[in-house]
Amino acid sequence: MSNPILRTECLSLVYGKGTPFEKHAVKDVSIEINRGEVIGVIGHTGSGKSTLMQMLNGLIKPTSGKVYLDGVDIHADKKKLRDVRFRVGLVFQYPENQLFEETVRQDISFGPRNMGLPDESIEKRVKRAAVFAGLKDELLDRSPFDLSGGEKRRAAIAGVIAMDPEILILDEPTAGLDPMGRDVLLSQIDAYHKSRNNTVLLVSHSMEDIAGIADRVLVMNHGDCVMLDTTQNVFSRSEELESIGLRVPQITKITTELRRRGVPLSEGILTVDKAFEEICAILKKEGRL
Amino acid sequence: MMRDITLGQYYPSNGILHRLDARIKVLLLIGVIILIFCTFNFYSLGVVALLVALSVILSKVPVNLYLKSMKAIILVILITSLLNLFYGTGEPLFEWWIFKVTADGIKNSIYVAVRIISLVMVSSSLTFTTSPTDLTDALERLMKPLSLLKIKTHEIAMMMTIALRFVPTLLEETDKIMSAQKARGADMESGNLIRRIKALIPILIPLFVSAFRRAYELAMAMECRCYQGGEGRTRMKQLHMSARDFIALGVLAVTTAGVVLCNIFL
Repeated sequence: MSNPILRTECLSLVYGKGTPFEKHAVKDVSIEINRGEVIGVIGHTGSGKSTLMQMLNGLIKPTSGKVYLDGVDIHADKKKLRDVRFRVGLVFQYPENQLFEETVRQDISFGPRNMGLPDESIEKRVKRAAVFAGLKDELLDRSPFDLSGGEKRRAAIAGVIAMDPEILILDEPTAGLDPMGRDVLLSQIDAYHKSRNNTVLLVSHSMEDIAGIADRVLVMNHGDCVMLDTTQNVFSRSEELESIGLRVPQITKITTELRRRGVPLSEGILTVDKAFEEICAILKKEGRL
Repeated sequence: MMRDITLGQYYPSNGILHRLDARIKVLLLIGVIILIFCTFNFYSLGVVALLVALSVILSKVPVNLYLKSMKAIILVILITSLLNLFYGTGEPLFEWWIFKVTADGIKNSIYVAVRIISLVMVSSSLTFTTSPTDLTDALERLMKPLSLLKIKTHEIAMMMTIALRFVPTLLEETDKIMSAQKARGADMESGNLIRRIKALIPILIPLFVSAFRRAYELAMAMECRCYQGGEGRTRMKQLHMSARDFIALGVLAVTTAGVVLCNIFL
């Protein structure tokens, strides 16, 4: 196998050691993530997803275990830790809460400026990031506090994309957006991934979001990594998922039930589009369409 | 990390001190603090120190938590007792340059150290065993006489409750914003003073924005539930005095008597 871009080894984190509030946030997680993959991360609230994501770019130091970026331990050299954060871009939950500059343009350029890039290259990156995030040009010179909720979210995501990270981690980027906003944002992330061919980790509570774009899915439960497998395989284990408070996409549930009743659909359909296609094909064959 | 701040943090447990009426605990604390300053010799100080030790033991809070809260003021203790060491009058035990140490000085510095330690210990034992809401409730009740002077005691207590309630929330928020800016390469650990102050801007602005947003939302939520201040308000949790509260007052009374007797006769 080619060498993975990101690898963790028995990663653990204990909060409040020795106090009555001691808690294992993440337990013994060993995973490998390959270059160019889109990984969906699911798990119920408090399962350690966000903590794990913050350990991947060195924001949280693990109690034990190691994170290797391109084969190099990220905590080996303290001075390089900042470079790690430029290479592993992390978009937090509700990232709009971190906006602070006078204009959107300045806010997006905060990351590239911290990288010490020359002005013209910063300008180029800001423009490109704004396009990827779907921000209109005229918004760039407005104050970030005057934007709508969805636009603020885009501006904040653009702030991370502008660093052009090799790995982009998004922690519930669609939380609190309307259905339209969700779809647009996800397709933009997909388009960004396809054009830059970088690695994307997408944390989400929506199985539909994950099913639409992920190559593989990582399932977290009480700090354990319970599954890391292809999206098809993970969502074929619906009973296990339900036992830990998750579910499979609704369309998968429906098509599985249809299959059980004898409709010749293929196994593990993950998206509505795919289901639509197959059902149309069947109806055509039967001459009903 | 920010989570490690212990000074004045509630430690849930089921000790006797936890079950005492919060009003009584506040009164006891005031009483003990006055006593600490009314000790004029080692015997009376010893009596008070014993009471403080008793409250630490009865609080059923791990001793290392107390020690942690001492850590913040260990410097203050060291400096004040050192100063006292050199300011004694009388026959010097030994001299060096302009410093001279007398028996009086040694006595004074031990005295001051024990006093400060007792103060911190006994105050911590109140905050460790009383939840912030109980504490402000108690303060509101104890301040009631002030309302005769047209002071809005309920509003003051409500403000304190809200302030205390939002300390951990804002700390968490600060933590989150710091992480988010660090993820964008913000550098808060290096550079000279001016650069470091500038590095705070990306944290302070979002923090203020969110603090104002929270305040606004809270005000809305309170108004939606028809909150209109203290007049005619009943409370869900009534504070009740019970036998153990009177016993606690008795213990304080006995100690006071002990201190007075030691001050006069020893």
